[in-house]
Amino acid sequence: MAIKPFPGKEAVDKKGWLKAYKWLIARRTSQIGILLLFLIGPLAGIWIVKGNLSGSMTLEVLPLTDPFLLLQSMLAGSLPIMNGAIGALIVIVFYAMVGGRVFCSWVCPVNLVTDLAAWLRRRFDLRANSALSRNLRYWLLGLVLLFPLLTGVIVWEYLNPVSMFHRGLIFGMGSAWVIVAAVFFFDLLIAKRGWCGRLCPMGAFYGLLGSGALVRVKAAQRELCDDCMDCFEVCPEPQVIKPALKGADQCIGPVILDINCTNCGRCIDVCAKDVFQFGSRLHNREGLPTSCAEAETREAAVAARD
Amino acid sequence: MADMSAIKKKGVTRRRFMGDILKTACGVGLFGLGLGLYSNRASSLPAHYIRPPGALPEDEFNGACIRCGLCVRDCPYDMLYLGEVGQNIPTGTPYFVARKAACEMCEDIPCVAACPTNALDHDLKDINDARMGLAVLVDHETCIAFLGLRCEVCYQICPIKDEAITLELRHNVRSGKHAIFIPVVHSERCTGCGKCEEACILEEAAIKVLPERLAKGELGKHYRLGWEQKERAGGSLVAPDIEHQYNLPEGMKYDHGGEGLIEEGGGNLPFSSNPLDTLNKGGGL
Repeated sequence: MAIKPFPGKEAVDKKGWLKAYKWLIARRTSQIGILLLFLIGPLAGIWIVKGNLSGSMTLEVLPLTDPFLLLQSMLAGSLPIMNGAIGALIVIVFYAMVGGRVFCSWVCPVNLVTDLAAWLRRRFDLRANSALSRNLRYWLLGLVLLFPLLTGVIVWEYLNPVSMFHRGLIFGMGSAWVIVAAVFFFDLLIAKRGWCGRLCPMGAFYGLLGSGALVRVKAAQRELCDDCMDCFEVCPEPQVIKPALKGADQCIGPVILDINCTNCGRCIDVCAKDVFQFGSRLHNREGLPTSCAEAETREAAVAARD
Repeated sequence: MADMSAIKKKGVTRRRFMGDILKTACGVGLFGLGLGLYSNRASSLPAHYIRPPGALPEDEFNGACIRCGLCVRDCPYDMLYLGEVGQNIPTGTPYFVARKAACEMCEDIPCVAACPTNALDHDLKDINDARMGLAVLVDHETCIAFLGLRCEVCYQICPIKDEAITLELRHNVRSGKHAIFIPVVHSERCTGCGKCEEACILEEAAIKVLPERLAKGELGKHYRLGWEQKERAGGSLVAPDIEHQYNLPEGMKYDHGGEGLIEEGGGNLPFSSNPLDTLNKGGGL
């Protein structure tokens, strides 16, 4: 059996290094850039952004608040003041438009850690997978929201690796490294994409937040797909690709509508055939065979009659 | 027969579905139990960690604070910190340690203004109304004022000098001829800023800011202070005591004001009112 080339190699050969890493570079720039914006204050005394991802103030005018944390605080019985509420609203509107899990792939610092674990898994061909369901995150989301309601305390913040890592980098790590390391080794050795893809309730929340997001990845030229599987290999949520890429026969449009697609754009990079591109969720029915539209009208008519 | 197999098949999937749900619920429940117990233990705040001004009572604070650190950033004196993982304080919540650096009690209270929630109560408009804790002169044995030395550093540095901390004059029994100036904290004015604890000249401060629950006693709800009631009512509320009858030699009476046995009408005592005269007479009485 021939050894399969490392995912994305074909794209590099065909499109050139820069084009095959375009979105990854953009994403790392965004992640590290945002981190630097937070860090430049405490490190160099240049105060552009104060605070952390839980709540921040940019240039003394733009408040941003993590709506997930604010929701927990409200469930605990505390109302935000105007600034906090406006900050959360801005974040909600933004992610509702561009995709909730854009937070995960373009902002969250833990993504750097879990992406490293996933890369090592690919590099060393660690295939063992876990039985953890991808729906476990919604259970945890429920639990996390139930805690403040019952106890009046934001219990998740005693464990949340996302806020601990980010806050730690800016305000002082303490032993938060242990928790970050735990996430890394969990992803590397126990469950592939285990943290971000199966457990993180914050990702689940942002996913739901962006369930109607306008910006979506689209398998625009899916007929060119040669089943090399590279996109599935690199995708942090590979289950989201299949309906859009392979659903032409079942009258499924080419837009990846699954809320767990993080809009990371890595599938666009690694596809040598340029099947994927960023687009909008609109016009998803265009290009489907006419038989699909007919079938749908028939079904709608049946539903209306019943 | 075909029906039977269909039902069986359907039954198995439903059974499996329910099983999976229960398994997940059980796992998540156990995880939640552990996390809940851990958080319960981690929620307690050690007495020497003091919350910024306007902080809600600790339980409510842990539900309202979103751990953003904006109060820390807007403190012009950089004396606030966020709890780090592994520290004995809810992670990410703000605190200060009075002995290291106390609250400077800014008039505009920038830390409260920065808070995006009401974890630091935005109704706090006057920093003098803040109650971060209460200063207590915990050690009367090492406080050098109690030893009869002039210190008064805590009194002098207090931002609400002469109201939150006053000096009380007492007689120095040891030397018999000196005064002692005891610093006394008044809870109705003390904000718990911690300047006194920070400034205390001892190796370990004799005056410390404590959470109010540790610093204060509480009278029984049924207690009425007679003298206050009397003042409010404008007179005694109970029948006055009958004057005590002493069995005294004729012409003498007993004075409660400290004079002791005195002769009615004054004068004519068997000895001089100045004890030195008696001693200087040379003889006994």
